[in-house]
Amino acid sequence: MSQDTGSEADNDGGDAAEPVRARRVPGGARELGDRVWRGMRAPRARGTTPAGDVGDAEEAAWRGVAAEEREEIPERVSLLLRTRSRRLLGDLLRPHRRAIAVLTAIIVVSNAAGLALPYLVKAGIDDGIPPMVRGQGAGTLLAIVGAVLAAALAQGLTRQAFLQMSGRIGQDILLELRRRVFDHFQRLSLSFHEKYTSGRVISRLTSDVDAIAELLDSGFDGLVTAVLTLCGTAVMLLVLDVHLGLVALLPLPVLLLFTRWFRRQSSVAYRRTREAVALVIVHFVESMTGIRAVQAFRREPRNQEIFERLNANYRAANTRGMRLVAVFMPGIKLIGNVTVAAVLLYGGLLALRGTVTVGVLAAFLLYLRQFYEPMQEISQFYNALQSAGAALEKLSGVLEERPSVAEPRRPVPLPRAAGALRFEGVRFAYADGPPVLPLIDLEIRAGQTVALVGTTGAGKTTLAKLIARFHDPVAGRVLLDGVNLRDLDEDTLRRHVVMVTQENYLFGGTIADNVRFGRPGATDAEIERAAAAIGAHGFISALPDGYATQAGKHGGRLSAGQRQLVAFARAFLADPAVLILDEATSSLDVPSERLVQRALRTILADRTALIIAHRLSTVEIADRVLVMEHGRIVEDGPPDRLISGTGRFARLHRAWLDSLA
Amino acid sequence: MVRSESTVQSDAGGALRPLIDHPQVPGPKARRSSWHSLWRLRSYLRPYVPKLVVTWLAALLGIAAGTVIPLVSKEIIDGPVAHGDLGGLIPLGLLAFGLGAAEAVLTFIRRWSSAGPVLGLETAIRDDLYRHLQRLPMSFHDRWQSGQLLSRATTDLSTIRRFLGFGVLFLIMNILQLTAVTVVLLRMYWPLGLLVAGSAVPVVALSLKFERRYKLVSRQLQDQQGDLATLVEESAVGIRTIKAFGRREHVFGNFAAAAGEIRRTALRKVRLASRFFTFLEVAPNVTLALVLLLGAIAVGAGALTLGTLVAFTTLVLQLVWPVASLGYILTMGQEAMTSADRVTEVLDTVPAIRGGTAVIKRPRGHVRFEGAGFRFPGADRPVLRDVWLEVRPGETIAVVGATGSGKTTLTALVPRLLDVTAGRVTIDGHDVRDLSLTSLRSVVATAFEEPTLFSMSVRENVTLGHGNASEEEIRQALEIAQATFAYDLPWGLDTRIGEQGMSLSGGQRQRLALARAILGRPRVLVLDDTLSALDVETEALVEEALRGVLAEATGIIVAHRASTVLLADRVALLRDGTITHIGRHGELLSAVPEYRELLAQDADLDPEGSLR
Repeated sequence: MSQDTGSEADNDGGDAAEPVRARRVPGGARELGDRVWRGMRAPRARGTTPAGDVGDAEEAAWRGVAAEEREEIPERVSLLLRTRSRRLLGDLLRPHRRAIAVLTAIIVVSNAAGLALPYLVKAGIDDGIPPMVRGQGAGTLLAIVGAVLAAALAQGLTRQAFLQMSGRIGQDILLELRRRVFDHFQRLSLSFHEKYTSGRVISRLTSDVDAIAELLDSGFDGLVTAVLTLCGTAVMLLVLDVHLGLVALLPLPVLLLFTRWFRRQSSVAYRRTREAVALVIVHFVESMTGIRAVQAFRREPRNQEIFERLNANYRAANTRGMRLVAVFMPGIKLIGNVTVAAVLLYGGLLALRGTVTVGVLAAFLLYLRQFYEPMQEISQFYNALQSAGAALEKLSGVLEERPSVAEPRRPVPLPRAAGALRFEGVRFAYADGPPVLPLIDLEIRAGQTVALVGTTGAGKTTLAKLIARFHDPVAGRVLLDGVNLRDLDEDTLRRHVVMVTQENYLFGGTIADNVRFGRPGATDAEIERAAAAIGAHGFISALPDGYATQAGKHGGRLSAGQRQLVAFARAFLADPAVLILDEATSSLDVPSERLVQRALRTILADRTALIIAHRLSTVEIADRVLVMEHGRIVEDGPPDRLISGTGRFARLHRAWLDSLA
Repeated sequence: MVRSESTVQSDAGGALRPLIDHPQVPGPKARRSSWHSLWRLRSYLRPYVPKLVVTWLAALLGIAAGTVIPLVSKEIIDGPVAHGDLGGLIPLGLLAFGLGAAEAVLTFIRRWSSAGPVLGLETAIRDDLYRHLQRLPMSFHDRWQSGQLLSRATTDLSTIRRFLGFGVLFLIMNILQLTAVTVVLLRMYWPLGLLVAGSAVPVVALSLKFERRYKLVSRQLQDQQGDLATLVEESAVGIRTIKAFGRREHVFGNFAAAAGEIRRTALRKVRLASRFFTFLEVAPNVTLALVLLLGAIAVGAGALTLGTLVAFTTLVLQLVWPVASLGYILTMGQEAMTSADRVTEVLDTVPAIRGGTAVIKRPRGHVRFEGAGFRFPGADRPVLRDVWLEVRPGETIAVVGATGSGKTTLTALVPRLLDVTAGRVTIDGHDVRDLSLTSLRSVVATAFEEPTLFSMSVRENVTLGHGNASEEEIRQALEIAQATFAYDLPWGLDTRIGEQGMSLSGGQRQRLALARAILGRPRVLVLDDTLSALDVETEALVEEALRGVLAEATGIIVAHRASTVLLADRVALLRDGTITHIGRHGELLSAVPEYRELLAQDADLDPEGSLR
């Protein structure tokens, strides 16, 4: 970190380096629950506005203060990539070592051919024309023109080869990067995803990969060509004529300083523009997706006010960027034109004295044109390089994450499961938090239907998640048919244990596709049977296209209850030995729920089921009820016995009976 | 041949994926209207006429200066150098300095002064677009994904900006420069001039063709990237489902296939570009070789001076960019027209729901549904039919019905988020369609089942339409909604929430949405299953506090739980889109079996209260 970044930026850099390290939950806010604090940075100085996020006071007034960790890496992270970025880059490039060597050779040839052209023009003027003027024939000239054509052709062919080869390498790298990052995200545990949030996963795989694509697309070619042209031209100028060459190269330091100034300014301007446009986009999209609330609460004038201010900020940032270019481009042109004039004047003088030929003068004028154009490209390229560097940094950070629920090194095969579950001395806590499950010993026989009852935060969902191995216990072990879950590979575990939550995510594609997600090979008939079994067949066949209806973005027009039914059908199709239902019926109205429960009786008959229930009616189908409190099981028994007893469950049941009377 | 093929491709693409909105190459007919759309937008440039004049003048003078510089070098070589005239060299050299500086300064003026008009145009159109979109009703926004609208407000506008700001300028400048240089070349030595001018024709033609094909591939690539982004989004948002079913490999397979598809298209693009860029570099060099050959012969024959030949070679290189970029600029123009069409399409959409003029001075909150019906456009069956319901001032009605019976639609009719397609809804005797939208929506406030929070401070989210609410009013609303947790957030009410801010639980979000609705004490309060995500204890507290609010307001409550129904004076049972029974909870419970079925068995096992 350079010294001008200050502590805030330092901290940002640090966070970015380890974007997923568990953050401490501030004690005073525990009641908000861990979900709320997902991905949050513990506020260091309560009540103070974090530096760098103020913008203007007006903006802070409506936008509020972000408590979330900021993931943006300062753009000045610079060309010096961190070790792990370099490692990733090396990893990606290694398979293409040979191709890159060939590529280097090609580009050198290509540039040499390009550089030869003005020199050949000089030769034509100095050596080709005089014999003709003297009437000695056009032999030399024809040879030179032939050489020009050959050089032009060689340049063309090598250039095409270069563009195609570098393009292929670039695309191969991108494909590999995409596959690797996507696969890695899918392998990382749920606890990672809960902290990292889906928005960041999406931007890693879209905008960050795009930044690298952009660099590979245009930046690489531009940089290599520019550098080679710059160096080659300088050499040629000096070779042609040292004195004139020195005069032509005199402005070079000014040029470099000027470019450096521009580079710095433009990266600031670029960043401001990006931030400004991001705000415009967020406000725009949120206003449009939330238009119902906007209109219902007459929010339009205030929204317009905010939007116009954001839009004006964006305009100001853009203006700054454009004005910067308005200074830079003519500046380069000025330096170039002044050099041309100086070369004309000094070269004219030399030619006049006969120390330099007209051909050299002509070649100089041609070379100088080539010299100044790439400068403009280099500066454009800098932004691409910077964002690609930042993107690489974030991606390599993700790839270094290890799944907290690890795959076994030597998996135990379990082709068929009966569904017997056992908790042996299981203890569980989230990260540094207090124990959620202090000590659980529990045995569930194969085929048993267990209802799990208790207050919010009693640990019901955590218990269920341990069976689905979304987390591993801190101590003790969870066994399926006597096999520790840690010893089962993911495929085996998921084939036997399926958990349905109240989050009913529907993917793009048809309703049938969504049901089929439970068992990819299932036929249409099997899908309909599964839907019919849980009572979803009726509403699905009433949809405009039946099972072929597009589920659309997040389930589109389906109601929450209907989405839940589809998710249910999906679980039944999967046909696991152990089925966990975590408040899976909460969005259903009572008649639909009853329908589902009727189906459950038959479907759960030959499998182990764990049902986290909200409603008493759910308990009726259970063989056994577990009442949980503060992470412990306080009551355990068949529902009838618990009801006739004097425990909590019995009291609850009586209260319910009273309410019906 | 290539062109017709590509048009077919684009049409097929359009037919196959009507939902993904991507611009098509306009046919001849469409093109006329496109010009019209683009032309209409010129009015946005009106405030900037003086600046535009400066820009154009600077551009013209800049071209002139740039063209003259090589001529000076010709004079130097043919005059002072050829004749050994030192005295003549100095003034010509100084002239070159002067012209060089002038060209740079003129370029600076052109670029500097163009920023204002160009960005002004873009900003003003975007403001207007946003204003218009806020006026368009729900029915419009249901049809248009926000992504489509966003691409109009960003990508399309910058395409228009780029073309009107740079494209048009460069189009005319390039043509002028091309003409000027060609004229100069022809006058210097017409056979060579003819050769150079002739070589420009195939370059322009080819680059135009290339640009068209290139755009098609680029667009295809963009679509594929969009599809990939959708897969990524699903895999991220649906990660729990994927994990629960162990479908990592299945999902990865889909993703890898899409990514491979992108690689193939990108490679096609690379091949196309590599051929074209190579051509662009080779063509001028070949011209240069020919100029050199013919020029040298001419010099040998005495028809051309050495200085002219040098000037010629420089001028030939000066033509490369204007010639090569013509195709690019023309394509850009086409794009801009398509974009203008897409923008004006939205701007021309007339809001289907427009406010009337009537204003309720002293609202009492007497709501009546008089044979109200609603049918989505194109649907065979109405969602609601012949709904008759009267909610007297101060009365609270609960609406109960099975999933999909039309409860939410019913509530949306009152604040005119949707308009009835039959019958009418009145407040205090006024048809809601006669009232001004501001008046209507300040009488009616709604809290939705799925609360929408914006990426703003809690305060801004709660006050939403009541910018001038006092701290005391906000506190009261938050207290009633049991949402005082907001004060304990890291920065209190200034904490940013929503997507870009702190994430809150479903119950917390619903409570904030409720606070939003009751802030400002609306006469008519609509609660659309607002309490569904609350745990029972909190729900009980909210309900207790709501009683006070509902005592003073007219309430319409969509309810699933018996406890919520008890807030209401009467209950309306909605079934198959119409109200079949109205009565007290107890009456319906004993008399209507369906009602009993909907509510009776609803006992909760979670409540801390009942377990205690």
